[in-house]
Amino acid sequence: MGKKQAGTGPLSRRPDNSAFKQQRLPAWSPSLTANTVLPTFYILSLVCLLLGIWLLITVENTHELKVDYTKAETCEECFSLRKSAIDSTTACTCTVSFHVPKTFPGDVFFYYGLRNFHQNLRRYMDSRDDAQMVGRKNNLKTPSSYCAPFDYDADRNPIAPCGAVANSMFNDSLTVMYNPMDGSKIQVPLYRKGIAWYTDKNVKFRNPPTNNTFPLQQAFERTTRPLYWQRPVYELDDTDSNNNGFINDDLIVWMREAAFPNFKKLYGVLNRAQGPFTEGLPAGNYTLSINYNFPVEPFRGRKELVISTVTWFGGQNYFLPIAYLVTSGLILVTAVVLTMVYVKVGKKGKNMEE
Amino acid sequence: MDFSSLRSLITRYCTGEESWVDSRTVYIGNKVPPPGTEAYILQRFPDNRIVSSKYTFWNFIPKNLFEQFRRIANFYFLIIFLVQLIIDTPTSPMTSGLPLFFVITVTAIKQGYEDWIRHKADNAVNQCPVHVIQRGKVERKQSQKLQVGDIVQVKENETFPCDLILLSTSREDGTCFVTTASLDGESSHKTYYAVQDTKAFNTAEEVETLHATIECEQPQPDLYKFVGRINIYLDRNEPIARPLGSENLLLRGATLKNTEYIHAVAIYTGMETKMALNYQSKSQKRSAVEKSMNAYLIVYLCILISKALINTVLKYVWQANPNRDEPWYNQKTETERQRHVLIRAFTDFLAFMVLFNYIIPVSMYVTVEMQKFLGSYFILWDDDMFDEELGERPLVNTSDLNEELGQVEYVFTDKTGTLTENNMELRECCVDGHVYVPHAICNGQILPGAAEMDMIDSSPGIDGKEREELFFRALCLCHTVQVKEEETVDGIKRGIHQGKSTSFYISSSPDEVALVEGMKRLGFTYLRLKDSHMEILNREEEMERFELLEVLNFDSVRRRMSVIVRSSSGEYYLFCKGADSSIFPRVVSGKVEQVRARVEHNAVEGLRTLCVAYKKLTHEEYEQTCHLLSSAKLCLHECDKKLAEAYDVIEKDFILLGATAVEDRLQDKAADTIESLHKAGMKVWVLTGDKMETAAATCYASRLFHRNTQILELTTKRTEEQSLHDVLFDLSRTVLRQHGSMTRDIFSGLSGDYQDYGLIIDGATLSAVLKPTRDVTSNGGNYKEIFLEICRNCSAVLCCRMAPLQKAQIVKLIKASKEHPITLAIGDGANDVSMILEAHVGIGIMGKEGRQAARNSDYAITKFKHLKKMLLVHGHYYYIRIAELVQYFFYKNVCFIFPQFLYQFFCGFSQQPLYDTAYLTLYNISFTSLPILLYSLMEQHINMDILKRDPSLYRDIAKNSLLRWPTFIYWTLLGVFNAVVFFFGAVFLFDNTTFTSNGQLMATNTQMMFGNWTFGTLVFTVLVFTVTLKLALDTHYWTWINHFVIWGSLLFYVIFSLLWGGIIWPFLNYQRMYYVFMQMLSSGPAWLSIILLIIVCLLPDVVKKVLCRALWPTTTERIQTKRQCLTAEQSTIFMLSQTSSSVSF
Repeated sequence: MGKKQAGTGPLSRRPDNSAFKQQRLPAWSPSLTANTVLPTFYILSLVCLLLGIWLLITVENTHELKVDYTKAETCEECFSLRKSAIDSTTACTCTVSFHVPKTFPGDVFFYYGLRNFHQNLRRYMDSRDDAQMVGRKNNLKTPSSYCAPFDYDADRNPIAPCGAVANSMFNDSLTVMYNPMDGSKIQVPLYRKGIAWYTDKNVKFRNPPTNNTFPLQQAFERTTRPLYWQRPVYELDDTDSNNNGFINDDLIVWMREAAFPNFKKLYGVLNRAQGPFTEGLPAGNYTLSINYNFPVEPFRGRKELVISTVTWFGGQNYFLPIAYLVTSGLILVTAVVLTMVYVKVGKKGKNMEE
Repeated sequence: MDFSSLRSLITRYCTGEESWVDSRTVYIGNKVPPPGTEAYILQRFPDNRIVSSKYTFWNFIPKNLFEQFRRIANFYFLIIFLVQLIIDTPTSPMTSGLPLFFVITVTAIKQGYEDWIRHKADNAVNQCPVHVIQRGKVERKQSQKLQVGDIVQVKENETFPCDLILLSTSREDGTCFVTTASLDGESSHKTYYAVQDTKAFNTAEEVETLHATIECEQPQPDLYKFVGRINIYLDRNEPIARPLGSENLLLRGATLKNTEYIHAVAIYTGMETKMALNYQSKSQKRSAVEKSMNAYLIVYLCILISKALINTVLKYVWQANPNRDEPWYNQKTETERQRHVLIRAFTDFLAFMVLFNYIIPVSMYVTVEMQKFLGSYFILWDDDMFDEELGERPLVNTSDLNEELGQVEYVFTDKTGTLTENNMELRECCVDGHVYVPHAICNGQILPGAAEMDMIDSSPGIDGKEREELFFRALCLCHTVQVKEEETVDGIKRGIHQGKSTSFYISSSPDEVALVEGMKRLGFTYLRLKDSHMEILNREEEMERFELLEVLNFDSVRRRMSVIVRSSSGEYYLFCKGADSSIFPRVVSGKVEQVRARVEHNAVEGLRTLCVAYKKLTHEEYEQTCHLLSSAKLCLHECDKKLAEAYDVIEKDFILLGATAVEDRLQDKAADTIESLHKAGMKVWVLTGDKMETAAATCYASRLFHRNTQILELTTKRTEEQSLHDVLFDLSRTVLRQHGSMTRDIFSGLSGDYQDYGLIIDGATLSAVLKPTRDVTSNGGNYKEIFLEICRNCSAVLCCRMAPLQKAQIVKLIKASKEHPITLAIGDGANDVSMILEAHVGIGIMGKEGRQAARNSDYAITKFKHLKKMLLVHGHYYYIRIAELVQYFFYKNVCFIFPQFLYQFFCGFSQQPLYDTAYLTLYNISFTSLPILLYSLMEQHINMDILKRDPSLYRDIAKNSLLRWPTFIYWTLLGVFNAVVFFFGAVFLFDNTTFTSNGQLMATNTQMMFGNWTFGTLVFTVLVFTVTLKLALDTHYWTWINHFVIWGSLLFYVIFSLLWGGIIWPFLNYQRMYYVFMQMLSSGPAWLSIILLIIVCLLPDVVKKVLCRALWPTTTERIQTKRQCLTAEQSTIFMLSQTSSSVSF
């Protein structure tokens, strides 16, 4: 009797009987059982093992050579010269010889490596102006305040490129000479361009607008070079005028700050156009001559030249193959333990259910 | 002009404090009273504007912000944000400002919207027109402009605009009918009376001529209490003073019924009306989960601070070498150099705090709140909990306690209306030992009682006949039932088809309706109350009229009510009906023994019994009574006490007539529900005001007590024989002897071996137990502890003869006992409100006794049986969902922030963030927020039918088992482990090897080294995938929505990263992420390591689950496995398992 009198109509207050509202949506309810877990573990273990072995073989086929030239041989002198900032303009060259035991086949990459150089200090990393580097004219003249104290020089001229990162750019120049048995000396030809990310070179780093009547030098007018630089930014590369300004490859490479205090950055790629380098870097004796500018003594750093070949997988990287092999082993062990547990306890567990 | 008013006048002027005045004077029509009678004091009263809104347009922003930042979490984030603004910190203020802004805005919009609705409602109420008598004419006025003293005219079906004193009505007798449905949910019509001296003023012109003042107490929230006095100046002489009571007071919110119009004067307006005073918000209840969450929060705050401290200290140790503090390539500015080292250290500390602040996620609170709010809809939507009969859905008054429903250990239930239907029917009445059974067919037939009733005299003599009729008349007269003659009642009331018109009996007490209806079937029909005369149709279809002189209303202390009537022959009768315990001591003659035996017999059968008695009054006695009553009513102070005293004097020396027995049927499936609750490990206590025998019968019927339950009694009857002390020690010895041997079985519950105990205690004994004993007894006399000990070992407890406050006391007692169990109180009547408010979870039943319980509850349901689904299914789900939500949130932020902490060791403690700003900001907001939110709304680790069928599953989550410290530590360690794996995995990949991206994929010239942002992005990618897949591992219920959000948010991360790195963003002053993600993806080792690291991260968790499941399975897991075996479900790659519930071993 009461039903019909209940005011606003009882049925209107009735909730929808939809699957969602009744929490009865069709669903897949998976659950862990021996049947699912054990096969997966065994398969996973096998896959990891195979991958690990394959990677190990790949890595074994890469070659790497490190030449630490910080204080080696004649560089001792330069090293001590660079201790003090007073003689920073005095040039200093030195040579280091090294031996390549086996031919490095294929493409060979030359890196410079720094140790103990913290490119990842927060203030250091922030001390750059991407807007300036992308060629915005306003930012060229008024660098970002993040660049301080490397934003203006003593005469309030804006620095281009501003900031600590650009200021501390690696400025040793390295030349590698091949010394075949016959006593001759052949300079190892290097591509010094095309070593930066394509997108960095073409999009992220841009010079301020120029044209035929308005050369690069003019675009950088009324700016000054970073304090520690010997040359202004528009004269970084004598050989190629298109490699000057913010789009200089070495600058771009340097501007990508490394994640750790020990790092290496690409210096050049072997030019395999002419012999004896068509097959790669031949075994033998080499001399490395360095235009020694970059001071590492204050922070007890080291400098080195790294020569390496690269596969699809990258350089000589033992971490991944070993990690895969270890993981594979771990999974196998757990799988075996689990199997034992299931065999022993499984029956007991069933008894408990009953 | 009496002295007291003068004194109050003086105090009024002396103190100058309006609120000290404990009574107010209202001048009817705001007219100056005749000169010389009393000083005209202009009192200021608020206008009739109702303000339920919190904010105005102008103060919304400041006030709302203030309210929001009073929450400790929001304040914390504000501080972080301000620190970021002020000092040079590693991350931009955006990273914490944006989420905070988002959270604050969303909350503000929600609160603003709610307030806007309240404003609209307020305006609608405040602006609705009311009719006011001014200068003898009826004028329309906006409700908010109404003032104290205005005379208001209200028409039928209109709502009263404020609290009014009834002056006159369109009815000649000065009565009107009112429903207070919107106030307390009782849809019955109540009668209100005009003062006899003013009822003649029933036109606008006449009312205008009325000169009177009203003195009444200051507003107070009790709806049913009011004392006042009206002084009427009829002819410039001494005023006539008349008492005013709650029967003269029309409350705002009530509706006028069956009366054409009334005139009344406003005495309480606006926020001072009783309705507004009752709006006071209830105290906030907090769930156990919230408490654990806050505990975790404090732990994480400590972790955060210690992390920041460690790093600050290490930073200065590391920087002791000036070449590290300021290497040539990273020089400081002049101002930085000059800064004092302590200031620098402090800013560094703050900067570290900012860097790691994400470990306490701003979004957790939002997510938890959204989960609770949205989750509560599943209760509302539940079709099983919809009541077809009432057309009502469950109500969720607060969603804060959803998960508490899964944690209940003690259930306190009311009996009447909760366990039972509260659908009363007169089963029998007993007059001097003769038993009458009303039945539609054998109308009035006298049936012999049960065989053992040997005292039945099958042929009552003439005297007996007279007594019998007197008994019936007594029941027809002694009540407050009203007759409703049309069919426009909006509650469910039983209608009686009479010859001419349909009429209903309406009363606030269903017992009375049952009695009057039963009388009708026995031949005596109560027709109506007309002109203070009650009309009865007797068996010979003759009309009998009795003049109703006084009604001594029912109250729960006296437990009886009386009426004084004058029969047409001029005899005065006082009829009284009430509980046996309150009648028998007052009876001087009658067949007490027979009736008592019958009453006890009926009580054991679970029937509600009432005794009826009468006495004849002489005219003098009546006059005396009248005088006694009116003097008690006239007072202003301690009126109740005086009235109670007067009643006590009047109601005595009765002659017992007989007793009635009303049956209250058990609710549908009540027994089944109680049994399920028992199996679920809950202890069910019945708290009732009913007498012991009735209550015990209900308990047996509802299977709270089983046949083999040993009943321990702790009642007045026993304590009369022995001292309370001895009884308590006796009982505890009985229980504890058993206890030693049964501890092992306590969780299996079903083992038939051990003795089941049930305890019965009554109100009087309880108060004796709870009374702090000062007397020096030998054992110190701490009865409370002993009592609790006994209770703990009883599977069921019945507390009878409980006053409402005692119910709350019991709940409080259990709440405060040393295990701090979670309590739930369920009840339907106003007498249960106190216990509903006291318990952790209060559930109201929308029943017949009005809506008061439902309004004060946290959840309201329509039937007791719905409690089963509410606790076993919804509560269980809510709990496991929120437990996972909380743990997972902390876990994913440990994973998120710990790598940043580790990175500080590599970057010279320079506060360099590992991740890009966008990632820092969006990690909690968008990359990982939706999957866990949807998980926490949808997860069903076990099918709901199984949960319902197997209540013992509820024990698996008892005692907050998913949020204990071991579980929390496990999750945190898992987070740390994962963080270490993906940080050092990436470190090894970067540090000692040539990690390059291959040239062939992108262009020929990308053998470039990757920088730190690539490193961070690699870690972040592994992080997002690991954390999301971990949730996927925990999901047991994959609906399309889960698939959509889990895979969708991973996809969103990838797409966002591509987009974020794909464009030179013009508004940013750095472009550090440009093409970083793409370059990373173009590198083979990155892919290989991402996959490897994810597998390594998830492996331990999977192994732990598998092992725990195999070795120490919980009931839940066993059921899951069983189901798996039964249905032989497809085995899949996804290894999923029950989450951390295995820790309970």
